[in-house]
Amino acid sequence: MRLETQSRRPVGRPTSIHMSNSDIDAATALVGARQPIPAELDAKLAGGENVLALAAVDLDEALIFTQGELVLTDRRLWARSGGSGWRAWELAPELRLAHSDHGGVGTLELCDARQRLAEWRFTLGADPQVQKLLAAFERQQARRAGRPAELEASDAAAEPGDPPEDEPATQEPEGPPSTWVLLRLSRFARPYRRQLALGFVLTLAATAATLVPPYLTIPLMDEVLIPFQGGQRIDPGYVALLLTGLLGSALLAWGLGWARTWLLALVSERIAADLRTSAFEHLLGLSLDYFGSKRTGDLMARIGSETDRISVFLSLHALDFATDVLMFVMTAAILFSIDPSLALVTLLPLPFIAWMIHLVRDRLRTGFEKIDRVWADVTNVLADTIPGIRVVKAFAQEAREAARFREANRQNLAVNDRLNKTWSLFTPTVSLLTDVGLLVVWAFGIWQVSRGRVTVGVLTAFIAYIGRFYTRLDSMSRIVSVTQKAAAGAKRIFDILDHHSNVPEPAQPEAIERLKGAIELRSVAFRYGSRSVIRGLDLSIAPGEMIGLVGHSGSGKSTLANLICRFYDASDGAILVDGIDLRRLRVADYRRHIGLVLQEPFLFFGTVAQNIAYGKPEATRAEIVAAARAAHAHEFILRLPQGYDSLVGERGQGLSGGERQRISIARALLIDPRILILDEATSAVDTETEKEIQKALDNLVRGRTTIAIAHRLSTLRRADRLVVMDAGRIVELGPHDELMARRGAYWRLYEAQARRVDAADSDAEGGAALIGARLEAEGHAHAAVQSGRQP
Amino acid sequence: MTLALHRDDFGRLVLTDAEGQVHIGVLPVRAFPLTAPDDGVSLVDARGRELAWLDALQALPPPQRALIEEELARREFVPEIRRLRAVSSFATPSTWQVDTDRGATELVLRGEEDIRRLGGGGLLITDRHGLHFRVRDFAALDRHSKRLLERFL
Repeated sequence: MRLETQSRRPVGRPTSIHMSNSDIDAATALVGARQPIPAELDAKLAGGENVLALAAVDLDEALIFTQGELVLTDRRLWARSGGSGWRAWELAPELRLAHSDHGGVGTLELCDARQRLAEWRFTLGADPQVQKLLAAFERQQARRAGRPAELEASDAAAEPGDPPEDEPATQEPEGPPSTWVLLRLSRFARPYRRQLALGFVLTLAATAATLVPPYLTIPLMDEVLIPFQGGQRIDPGYVALLLTGLLGSALLAWGLGWARTWLLALVSERIAADLRTSAFEHLLGLSLDYFGSKRTGDLMARIGSETDRISVFLSLHALDFATDVLMFVMTAAILFSIDPSLALVTLLPLPFIAWMIHLVRDRLRTGFEKIDRVWADVTNVLADTIPGIRVVKAFAQEAREAARFREANRQNLAVNDRLNKTWSLFTPTVSLLTDVGLLVVWAFGIWQVSRGRVTVGVLTAFIAYIGRFYTRLDSMSRIVSVTQKAAAGAKRIFDILDHHSNVPEPAQPEAIERLKGAIELRSVAFRYGSRSVIRGLDLSIAPGEMIGLVGHSGSGKSTLANLICRFYDASDGAILVDGIDLRRLRVADYRRHIGLVLQEPFLFFGTVAQNIAYGKPEATRAEIVAAARAAHAHEFILRLPQGYDSLVGERGQGLSGGERQRISIARALLIDPRILILDEATSAVDTETEKEIQKALDNLVRGRTTIAIAHRLSTLRRADRLVVMDAGRIVELGPHDELMARRGAYWRLYEAQARRVDAADSDAEGGAALIGARLEAEGHAHAAVQSGRQP
Repeated sequence: MTLALHRDDFGRLVLTDAEGQVHIGVLPVRAFPLTAPDDGVSLVDARGRELAWLDALQALPPPQRALIEEELARREFVPEIRRLRAVSSFATPSTWQVDTDRGATELVLRGEEDIRRLGGGGLLITDRHGLHFRVRDFAALDRHSKRLLERFL
């Protein structure tokens, strides 16, 4: 690209003096750009005018999808939209570009000191290019204004030093082809290929054995029964031989059939188990936003019942189908070897049936996919209602939830009904065709017998084969629906398996032995869907420092904490720990150094000791007790009936919020993390408990880099520095006293909280008993505020 | 009800409130953009604080109403899908070629859960970049589009 730019603009290129900055700009900007400089523009550029950046915009001013371009040179900003010609603006000093976005549409406005000159609109797919153009514009303006200091700084920021043009998640993952999705199961069948080969041989033998009896009917008919009707005697020895053959083949078929069914059921069960495990393992590796966008019930249904369905399909239906196909091929071979013309007539109805099957296939498949989705809706109602049962009961909405479930169930019924209409017609039609087929064989056979072409024995053998064969065809037609069902299930599982984590593991991770705990955020931006949550945030945190994050809800505090935990990756900018980009560390290695205490502590089903040792399962009992002591949890744990061996329920039922919180603090203490994140750790508990927790937290915080989010500002009084956030930006930064003295955003927040607490107090005295608990908590905060003012 | 509202040279809406304070860069926001777009429009300042609440757009005098509607039109971009030309696959993520009332374009559907059902056969489809597309009435689409779309519902 760079070479191309140079060859396009050879005229008047200053030799080597000016090569430095503008050239780097042009090169980096054009690496990111998709298309080269449009030829018409190339002709318009003045000699020596260098292109610094270009961006494609895909909307016009009236928000109609049109292709447009923005080109920034070192002298002018060029723009074109749709079919219109190029317009240009000289880069006057007062010219500004303003970027904003709302609801998935970005806007870039060009203004001078007096008015807006132009604006461009684009969808966020074009945003990275526009951002680059904007950055290049600002650099160029600074350069033209001759502000070298700023220039240095912004150049340093623009050139990250780590992987250049690193755009991790922008490549769209390709969707899997839906029709052949079942073949992808072969990846899971590979470990069992020996058993599968044996199963195949067994199937072959078993099928061959079942085809012997009809063949024996030919001599039985032609050499025993027909001659007997003609007056000859029956030879008992010969008949016994034939009957023994029949019995023998039946026994052989039985034995072989048992062996192959057992073997293949075993294998398919294992394949499904592997599939289930790898789906779950993959799911655990996905980033948090995947879980945020999926519903629990849906994911549970996918991993649970879909894999089960695939297992049944493999062990029963696919096996039957394979047998049927083998039988079909063998039967056809036998029939042709006996009598080619009769065989041809016998197999005549087959193409029709195959065509029928194909016809219904599509409709059934979409139907089954729809059934799966509706079924997930049904489970979703359960997954919503059961955990929220207290709310449901408190607001007496049982009837509403029941109606919701009934509605989901009704939809399930409706979809099933619609599908069954097609499906129910399908099977009888196949049966009808079978009967018609048999009729054709009878008619043609009788005609052939009458002309002496075939014997009665051959005709009976044909009827026996074909009768068997057509009944199999009937069940073969069922394979359509079960395959579609299994394919739909497999697709839904591969949807999970194909989903790449938004937090990718680095190819060559850097090893970290010991973290010091220095965190640096460099112009970090994060976008959730179309919403910008964090914008251009710079912050460096020294090892062992405690930072309090403060701001209105929605100001981006929790997102920032999630970014530091690397639950998400920043959309732009970089986060460095001890000078290493987070994206260069293995996720698990890094997280080992992070302790997280959340507002709603989650306890897994298990003993108290297991829950404390969750992050370090090999911890000794002494370590566990020490951690519990430091977390002020030791005493209440001893009060439990089985001490550290007491079971705590799915969500720690039987323990109060404060007790659960202290267990989760002990959990964080045990892994001895260098970095600690406290996300509203004390907001869900009452006054007394908060004191206990605060003591526990003080132990936890000592000597660690701590990032604490709290709504109640009083709980952050120990923080070394406070970061006041608003709308995804840092608005103030400094220690409590300094910020209070500045009388800015922090002071306003603080005062507002103190006022609200006062109001709450007077309300509480008024006797608002219903929300008493909450007010009590606020009251405490007030007390803490008061005491916090004393020193 | 009247509002002291005008547009400045930078294209921003400027509101002068009852106390005579001038707010620059006022944004109108619909409270119920899907269920009742014309009822309940709030005027907020650049920091998102509410300055005025309008029960119904219809109640405003035409000039101000036009200003607000113009600004809403600038901010609202929900192309209505008229036709699905093709989809890259029936498994997600899937790239759709669509014709909308704002012209032809392409969208990437990340998952089936990004299709939200609205009442009356309407659908709201969110693409990879968070852009919303709307289908006003699923039943009114042509056969081809319906067949493609049905696979995702």
